[in-house]
Amino acid sequence: MSKELVTLGRVVIRFAGDSGDGMQLTGDQFTNATAIFGNDLVTLPDFPAEIRAPQGTLPGVSAFQLHFADHDITTAGDSPTVLVAMNPAALKANLHEMPEGADLIINTDEFTKRNLDKVGYANNPLEDGSLEKYRVHEVALTSLTVEALKDFDLTRKEAERSKNMFALGLLSWLYSRPMETPKSFLATKFAKKPEILAANLKALEAGWSFGETTEVFSVHYEVKPAPARAGEYRNISGNLALSYGLIAGAQSAGLPLYLGSYPITPASDILHELSKHKNFGVRTFQAEDEIAAIGAAIGAAYGGSLAVTTTSGPGVALKSEAIGLAVSLELPLVVIDIQRGGPSTGLPTKTEQADLLQAMFGRNGEAPVPIVAPRSPAHCFDAAIEACRIAVKYRTPVFLLSDGYLANGSEPWLLPDVASLPKIEPNFLEAPNHELNGVDVLWPFKRDDETLARPWIRPGTPGLEHRIGGIEKANNTGAISYDPANHDLMTRLRQAKVDGISDDVEPMFVDDPNGDSDILVLGWGSTFGPIGAAVEISRRNGIKVAQAHLSTLNPFPANTGEVLKRYKKVIVPEMNLGQLNMLIRAKFLVDTIGFNKVRGLPFKATELVDVIKDVAAHV
Amino acid sequence: MSDSFASLKLVPKSEVTQSAKDFKSDQEVRWCPGCGDYAILAGVQSFLPELGVKKENIVFVSGIGCSSRFPYYMNTYGLHSIHGRAPAIASGLATSREDLSVWVITGDGDALSIGGNHLIHALRRNVNLKILLFNNRIYGLTKGQYSPTSEMGKITKSTPMGSLDHPFNPISVAIGAEASFVARTIDSDRKHLVEVLRQAAAHEGTALVEIYQNCNIFNDGAWEPLKDSDTADDLLIRLMHGEPITFGKEATHGVVRESDGSLRVAAASEVGSDAFIVHDAHVEDPSYAFALSRLSHPETLANTPIGVFRDVNRPVYDRQMSDQVAHAKETRGPGDLAALIRGKDTWTVS
Repeated sequence: MSKELVTLGRVVIRFAGDSGDGMQLTGDQFTNATAIFGNDLVTLPDFPAEIRAPQGTLPGVSAFQLHFADHDITTAGDSPTVLVAMNPAALKANLHEMPEGADLIINTDEFTKRNLDKVGYANNPLEDGSLEKYRVHEVALTSLTVEALKDFDLTRKEAERSKNMFALGLLSWLYSRPMETPKSFLATKFAKKPEILAANLKALEAGWSFGETTEVFSVHYEVKPAPARAGEYRNISGNLALSYGLIAGAQSAGLPLYLGSYPITPASDILHELSKHKNFGVRTFQAEDEIAAIGAAIGAAYGGSLAVTTTSGPGVALKSEAIGLAVSLELPLVVIDIQRGGPSTGLPTKTEQADLLQAMFGRNGEAPVPIVAPRSPAHCFDAAIEACRIAVKYRTPVFLLSDGYLANGSEPWLLPDVASLPKIEPNFLEAPNHELNGVDVLWPFKRDDETLARPWIRPGTPGLEHRIGGIEKANNTGAISYDPANHDLMTRLRQAKVDGISDDVEPMFVDDPNGDSDILVLGWGSTFGPIGAAVEISRRNGIKVAQAHLSTLNPFPANTGEVLKRYKKVIVPEMNLGQLNMLIRAKFLVDTIGFNKVRGLPFKATELVDVIKDVAAHV
Repeated sequence: MSDSFASLKLVPKSEVTQSAKDFKSDQEVRWCPGCGDYAILAGVQSFLPELGVKKENIVFVSGIGCSSRFPYYMNTYGLHSIHGRAPAIASGLATSREDLSVWVITGDGDALSIGGNHLIHALRRNVNLKILLFNNRIYGLTKGQYSPTSEMGKITKSTPMGSLDHPFNPISVAIGAEASFVARTIDSDRKHLVEVLRQAAAHEGTALVEIYQNCNIFNDGAWEPLKDSDTADDLLIRLMHGEPITFGKEATHGVVRESDGSLRVAAASEVGSDAFIVHDAHVEDPSYAFALSRLSHPETLANTPIGVFRDVNRPVYDRQMSDQVAHAKETRGPGDLAALIRGKDTWTVS
């Protein structure tokens, strides 16, 4: 008997369980199937810093949220419509975010007295009526999995491990997801362990069949594919897109890619990814510390590689002096900061955008560094290429500020045409560049008239032997100089070089359909999605509001000041205490309105809708 | 010429005969008159033509301190970086450019204090770098504070009642990090300096050469007993591979191995000269070279070995890194960007 199929426009599922339950993997696989099915989607993994916190406890809860729809969406969803809770801790940690009427799929096997005690449930919420306002689906996930695998030569513990696959099968039935994707994933993952593969496939199938036959679920759902631009798509996370962008940037420049890195959450995945692609000529150097990591990158840049260092905020603090050296040497270098909650160790696995001022000013002396910030997981690809382009063209270190949300979140990506990626020209100097008293000489700090960039000179180039360092240099000749006027000149030249990039970057993105808005919401980085969603909702509510977003923060794109002055009110939401807001106010003398939260989570569209509504009431 | 330098086999050979003056830059040397650095600079400039490689393929990388000004005076490529980080920067350069001969110039403060971490990790990795550590047992550029090699109790600007720090022995530190080549020489002994540089340059992997160098302004005469012809022979143990380890004007003393394996200095009159051990720099086990490094007394300078303590073959990091890249290209073909970004799971919207 087939069950009723209900069509929905959008669904937000949160998978939650113990950090050892495989929730991230389950979420990833459900996401891949959803992507291939053709829905638009945004994901939000949310996991603890501890690898395996004590089992069954609140700090050990690991969650993965997926928003998918039959239309264009930009956030991972404010609140889930479905919660899959693998144990009491997962239920307790997430219930407060579940709206009335939401579906709760609960693994009843884990609701033992002991597990309930661990998280402070005096009574079993499945029995005390506290879940009345939800649609509770009780499923004995663990024992059903064990039962399904009884013919396999597995211990109970081993069989229980497949419960996430049972859950994935069940959810795949519930939302009509294709099963080929998780099946082919399992086939690859367990290619060398046929018994484990067979068990996982069986658990997956059993979950699907359970959905079809049980009375726990009376209906199931479908979400139709979302209309999208024609082309080939894949699903991609921010850190993966960023890694590919670096490889693409190096290819565009015809340079070997060199990564100096020290492991740090949430940036390590870029090191892992790039280390896999040595056939692209990529060299990865896992250094003894953050300083050595950027040191090696500077050495490689001096040698003519496209050099990169990847880290998070605490690592940037350690690299500061070396970034200053790169500013002084005027060598190309990409510094990638996957921001996380701070200060100090802070919240390693949670997102924040509070390193903007560190990137902007966190060095001794006047040491301007261009800053690029991607706005979505897929945009990390373009941002990485842009950072490489600016670094090489202007012979300067460039910051790329991503964050934990972009790094681990994912979305569908319309694959770019590799042939049409921007070309990057290293233009190494191969011969003396100046004539002095009839003799050809090298002036290592003779600048390009247009960009003010100095030449990039590789060791091994005959006749161009020269010495440079972090000591102030005479403009043009590069000789050590303590001359007051020269230092003033060099300081201004380094600043002017960076300022001049404003005409060479994409203008600031502005979305103001009728050009008649009074209010502008200005953001940067990963807040693009929530701000976009909030602006859409506000417009439907009759508010004339525009959205602008910065992908280059130093220098600001040339149109920034002019755009800001068009609006009566400018709201600047940030996941910090007002860093862009401070820069905008200082530079453009605009009386902006900050909206700031540092909860380690992306903004909810609804909270931004409220802010826009408040401001609109006072225009 | 450079065929004898296995470490330089990937560095292009010079087509012209070079002399010391080819390596002198146009910069005026700005060390204090009488500084030991002058002798080292002249020694290096006189030795480099022996390498027989193109001078544009030689790079000197330094940190911060008096010694770190060295690259400015060399007519090669040079990078004067930041305090303590030269080994890290040079590692990035050497691992990305095997066609370069990369030298690091550092001092006792730069290498052993602020840059201690980079030094030991460069040594353990065995990147093809030649590190020249100028040890004058004092901070010179900051005008006279004690350094990590200063003797205990030393009165300096920052230790008016005497330093409480136990000094590092740079050779012991390097051997502790399992450096594959470790040697010591003295600024004023040109012949010895050049011979040590020759062996260091030939070594594949990281070579650490400690150079006892005099700071005549803030720590004058720190190594004087080792230079004074009246005392030097009784204090200096000249290590020569394959030769018995003896010292004293008439080879009256030497090094013997005790039954527990440890080394000690003994008089020939006590043990007989046949008991003196023959120096073998190629011993794999670092404990032998380490024991040699422990013979010297940090204050009296008694029993101070100079020469090559250790010279062993170990896999070279940059070679292995290149091998991995080559192997990846060979087995998987050159990278195909379009295929990479497509991945395995795509879908098409028409």
